[in-house]
Amino acid sequence: MTPEPSPSAPTAAPPVPSTRPAATLQRRLFLVGSLLVAGLALSVVAFGDLGEDLVYFWDPSQMAAAGEDAVGATIRLGGVVKAGTVQWQPDANSLKFIVTDGKVEVPVEATGAPPQMFREGIGVVVEGTLTKSGVFTSDRLMVKHSNEYKAPEGEMSAEERKTLYTTVEEL
Amino acid sequence: MISLLGRAVVLLGLAACATGAVTGLIAALRQSPEALRLTRALAYVFAGSMVLATGLMEAALLTHDFSVSYVAEVGSLSTPTWVTVVSLWSSLNGSILLWGLVLGLFVGAFTYVTTDKNPLQTPWALSMALLVGVFFTFLVAGVANPFAPSPEPIPADGPGPNPLLQNHVLMVIHPPFLYLGYVGMTIPFAMGCAALLAGRLDAAWVRGLRSWMLVPWGFLTVGIILGGWWSYEVLGWGGWWAWDPVENASFLPWLTATAFLHSAMVMERKEQLRGWTLSLVLATFLLTLLGTFMTRSGIFNSVHSFTESPIGPVFLAFLAVALIGSLALLAFRIDALGPVEDAVGGGITRDTAFSFNNLLFTNFTFVVLVGTVYPLLNEAITGKQISVGEPWFDRYTAPLGLLLVFLMGVGPALPWGRSASAGQLKKIGGAGLISLVVAGLCVAVGLRKVWPVATISMAAFALLLTLDAMWAPAAARAQAKGEALGAAAWAVARSARRRYGGYIVHIGVLIIAVAHASATAWQTKETLTLRQGESGQFAGMEVRYEGSAWQEQPHRRSLVANFALLGPEGLIGTVSPRLNHYKKMGTPIGTPEVRTGLTEDLYFSLVNVDPAVGLASVEVHRKPLVVWLWIGGLVMLAGTVISAWPAGRARAAAGPA
Repeated sequence: MTPEPSPSAPTAAPPVPSTRPAATLQRRLFLVGSLLVAGLALSVVAFGDLGEDLVYFWDPSQMAAAGEDAVGATIRLGGVVKAGTVQWQPDANSLKFIVTDGKVEVPVEATGAPPQMFREGIGVVVEGTLTKSGVFTSDRLMVKHSNEYKAPEGEMSAEERKTLYTTVEEL
Repeated sequence: MISLLGRAVVLLGLAACATGAVTGLIAALRQSPEALRLTRALAYVFAGSMVLATGLMEAALLTHDFSVSYVAEVGSLSTPTWVTVVSLWSSLNGSILLWGLVLGLFVGAFTYVTTDKNPLQTPWALSMALLVGVFFTFLVAGVANPFAPSPEPIPADGPGPNPLLQNHVLMVIHPPFLYLGYVGMTIPFAMGCAALLAGRLDAAWVRGLRSWMLVPWGFLTVGIILGGWWSYEVLGWGGWWAWDPVENASFLPWLTATAFLHSAMVMERKEQLRGWTLSLVLATFLLTLLGTFMTRSGIFNSVHSFTESPIGPVFLAFLAVALIGSLALLAFRIDALGPVEDAVGGGITRDTAFSFNNLLFTNFTFVVLVGTVYPLLNEAITGKQISVGEPWFDRYTAPLGLLLVFLMGVGPALPWGRSASAGQLKKIGGAGLISLVVAGLCVAVGLRKVWPVATISMAAFALLLTLDAMWAPAAARAQAKGEALGAAAWAVARSARRRYGGYIVHIGVLIIAVAHASATAWQTKETLTLRQGESGQFAGMEVRYEGSAWQEQPHRRSLVANFALLGPEGLIGTVSPRLNHYKKMGTPIGTPEVRTGLTEDLYFSLVNVDPAVGLASVEVHRKPLVVWLWIGGLVMLAGTVISAWPAGRARAAAGPA
């Protein structure tokens, strides 16, 4: 673990001894001031447009409550696949179903094939956007990860909703 | 039996650690050699007890001793032996024990190599490292005790570890590397605190600090890249990096550690940037704590976050103490290191390049930190669950990354301390012109996306100047001494091994930058749903579904789907992605099949199979240059090893510990 002695770069000049006394008050003020400005600028840059790229974790009721604001935003919609609503057309690569939380139903159109575990009554999280027509288009479908999942009867509790997100089968 | 024994060994370690932290403090305050000797002995006891405790846990796992709660949690009679061995880090409590082991090994090694050459700082450093040890051994002994006895009745078999973690061999090496990186940051932290507490930061201590940072940095680098590789080979989504909170958690300390490795060179040379450099050391350690907190407390939903656990609040408290302690140390002790030196920079010098390097790395850290922590704060305040999307991260990190690549070229081409000569500036200009030609060529062959083309062009610029920086001294020596060029190059590289290792690391980074930008920008993907015997078109070839079959193994059964790939000249090959059904797990987990090539990867990930109907859906990706991500990682590793390899024995005796 012993490092070699620092080799001097062939292009290096001998170190210039710096003997200036401690920073004056003025210099310190300048330093603090420029740090503040830089920090402020950085925060504006960082937070200014954060909203555009946020992904919202919503259930159908929350999405409905957001109204017009939900259109166009990236949403992870969590709920249950309603029985009798799954339509998969392998040739057209089109998958349609309804996601519900017992109160609000959202029609979902996904491209691609359903994952192996996908079936009616299972908990899913679909990522995508809500179109103006009220259809949720999704390019990513995650199935709830569990041995003994039972479709909730009626409404999902807040606790159930939370565990839904933390148990989806994906990163 | 093992429960009891393991607990006793852990408690012994805790006692040694706590006593050692105190005797170290006494050794530092009273400059007492006896107290220092005692501290060293206690540090070895701590290291030994951690090794022993881990050995006991492995014994319990291998003998399937389900009376130990951790074995009952992750063990299973049907898993293969290698899975049983690595189960140590497949769940929370075991991974904290592994953490303790790694810390023990680092503390032991540090104790071994620190001689009495730095009597002022050494006892402080040992005391601080052992203090960190107290916290982790406390976790192993208490909240996260893997040795706790199983509640009666003792189960006859266990569920086995998370299937995602037993799905690939990479899982054997990825976590230990990450841990060696994460935990290793404790030593530089202890050394940084020691410098502040002792009020002394001489060149020898700085060199030691840099070496002790370089080693965990290398492990962390490899760990992060292995994590990406694992994600690519196992998870089936076809990517390696998604700005997932857990990935970010490992990336944050890497960023500050990288900034440190650069600013330490300035500090070593000119005794400048002391406060700044030490801040980076402390920040790196704090970010490893933050990362561990985020991944181990279950506040994020991810494959890495195990279940909700009581470890969260304890960790948060430790993080708060470490943060406040670090800030206080910096605030009150920084002046003890000596007078404030002149500010760095002015003119087109290498010093200026280093300052910009540090600014960029700090900004990079800030951006990643904001994007990672924002959803947490938001949920804490508003109760709403959100996450920050990948495009946001890409938008801010891409320009920062590009500027860093630019500096990677410019920095080595500039002289220390004085403005660049006309000749040096001309060289940079020349490389700039060539890089523009490269960009033009990219456009000419039809590559039209701005970011990846800019990355390729900038990487060419940096590569030229890096090679020149390696080449020029050798050529100069060959001319001056009349040696053969090869011999001169060898001699120069040997005498400046650390610098040449650094350049090789840079080349590895450039390879990764180009591979990442290209693979992300020019990938194509399609989902094919095929009936048995039916073919689909992808990337100029035919993908034919040949049918599926079940494959039985003791711990899982796999549904394997076979596809034939047909080109214009006939069969190219067959691929068999599959879905694995683990016995104790309801959800099947896919294993994609990757056909790796030097220019592009073909990636087949099974979405679903219905053997009854003879229907299968497969996602096919084509991604250029992916393999170069892993090759670049190997190059980085090689450079790090060259740079960090201990000097010869004669010099080691003369050099600092």
